[in-house]
Amino acid sequence: MDNSLLAIDMALILEKLVLIVVVVFASLGIAMYATYGERKVAAFMQDRRGPNRAGPFGILQPMADGLKLFFKEEIIPNFSNKILFVMGPCLAMLTAIMTSAVIPWGNHIEIFGRSVSLQIADVNIGMLYIFGVLSLGVYGIMIGAWASNNKFSLFGGLRAASQIISYELAMGISFIALLMVTGSLSLKDMVLQQQTGHWWNVVYQPLGFLIFLICAFAECNRTPFDLPEAENELIGGYHTEYSSMKLGFYLFAEYINMFISSAVMATLFFGGYDFPFVDESTLSPNFAALLGIVALMGKIIGFIFLFMWVRWTIPRFRYDQLMYLGWRILIPLALFNMLATGAAVLYFHK
Amino acid sequence: MSIISILFYFLSFLAVGSAIMMLISKNPIHSILWLIVIFFAISGHYVLMNAQFLAIVNIIVYAGAIMVLFLFVVMLMNLNAETEPVKNHRLQLIGVVSGGLLLLVLLSAVMKTKANLPVQMVVGEEGLIQNLGKTLFTYYVVPFELSSILFLSAMVGAVVISKKD
Repeated sequence: MDNSLLAIDMALILEKLVLIVVVVFASLGIAMYATYGERKVAAFMQDRRGPNRAGPFGILQPMADGLKLFFKEEIIPNFSNKILFVMGPCLAMLTAIMTSAVIPWGNHIEIFGRSVSLQIADVNIGMLYIFGVLSLGVYGIMIGAWASNNKFSLFGGLRAASQIISYELAMGISFIALLMVTGSLSLKDMVLQQQTGHWWNVVYQPLGFLIFLICAFAECNRTPFDLPEAENELIGGYHTEYSSMKLGFYLFAEYINMFISSAVMATLFFGGYDFPFVDESTLSPNFAALLGIVALMGKIIGFIFLFMWVRWTIPRFRYDQLMYLGWRILIPLALFNMLATGAAVLYFHK
Repeated sequence: MSIISILFYFLSFLAVGSAIMMLISKNPIHSILWLIVIFFAISGHYVLMNAQFLAIVNIIVYAGAIMVLFLFVVMLMNLNAETEPVKNHRLQLIGVVSGGLLLLVLLSAVMKTKANLPVQMVVGEEGLIQNLGKTLFTYYVVPFELSSILFLSAMVGAVVISKKD
């Protein structure tokens, strides 16, 4: 019997547990303050003040919102499928958080002489794992929509599903082009490549990045692609029948998705935890890790701001325009990008 | 029992149990959800065999894409026990016989394998994406390309069928 692969020491389990707890709570906290940020950004763009009652500058507003959602009456419709109705928001939340497992949040730190990697799992299929979880994200919406037993919810759910499936294709193809450049699926390897010597991947793959960005907007159901919850046609889309914290979970999962997809884009195309113009290998490991986390968080916040900026600037697409953009424009562009990248890799490396 | 045995038995019972639940569920939506659980259990087995690529592709393709389409169709059809046409007894009998024959074939295949093999983790590197890709594009390049042509023809066929109103 060969047990050597599973002979894990307790310290490793402990360190991974702590890391998981920290990452999950950090994602929740950032998603919470993203709601506050969204309202402030919206207020700024519309020349208003935004939330300013709870605490200084309205800084306690997310807590107040959370409390309100918790204390609202919980309504489960009579004709709904009760188990699936509760399962929907749980699944949406679960898949939103699961993605964070393979993202490298920083290089390793040293505690008591142990070097602790700031990545929960460095698997060699890292990016495929993210695609896998992403493709499962649609279940939370579809199951909740169907279990509500409401036509508008079902429409919203079906729209969400077809939108996510359509844009996943272009996203996958644009990622293949990136894969040809990096030659690795592990997100850690990609960051290391961008850190040492190479430029950031966005320099090699500008078109691929643009396609990836547009698809990320669609996958997160953000404006201009927020048709699943288009309130003036569908009342509230897939979460029409939801109330209380179950509604909160759906809304919250969207913000976590936004955070995670910002992290993925920062890692894939913008060097991840690489602090620009600084050679990390000359610094002490703990300081370098801290600097890396700061750099990554800065990039993530930049992307989250971009998400909000677009939301309050660009109106919603029509559904046929959405499908046209996905199938007729993005997929051919992504295919062209893939072929061009393949040709360039062959030309320059052989 | 080692951790691997525990994981193996857990995944196996999960797969078989959810397969049974899939068959006996009255609601087709529940059947689909149980089928998704089966795919996860099988992916777990692949991970135990150190075939990470196969595990994740199984989830992306089957659980992520094909099952979403199943869910789509079943949700739109709005299946009810009342409106469902009752199949006649001859068809049911044929189904039982052919299912039994399949069971016989599978049982004979299982009986022929060496019994009492210990549960163990495969530590080989064959399942990792790099080795898999090399094998597919060198030793098995002809079957690989043939199957890709098969997929292409299936796609073209689907487009042709959908064009014919």
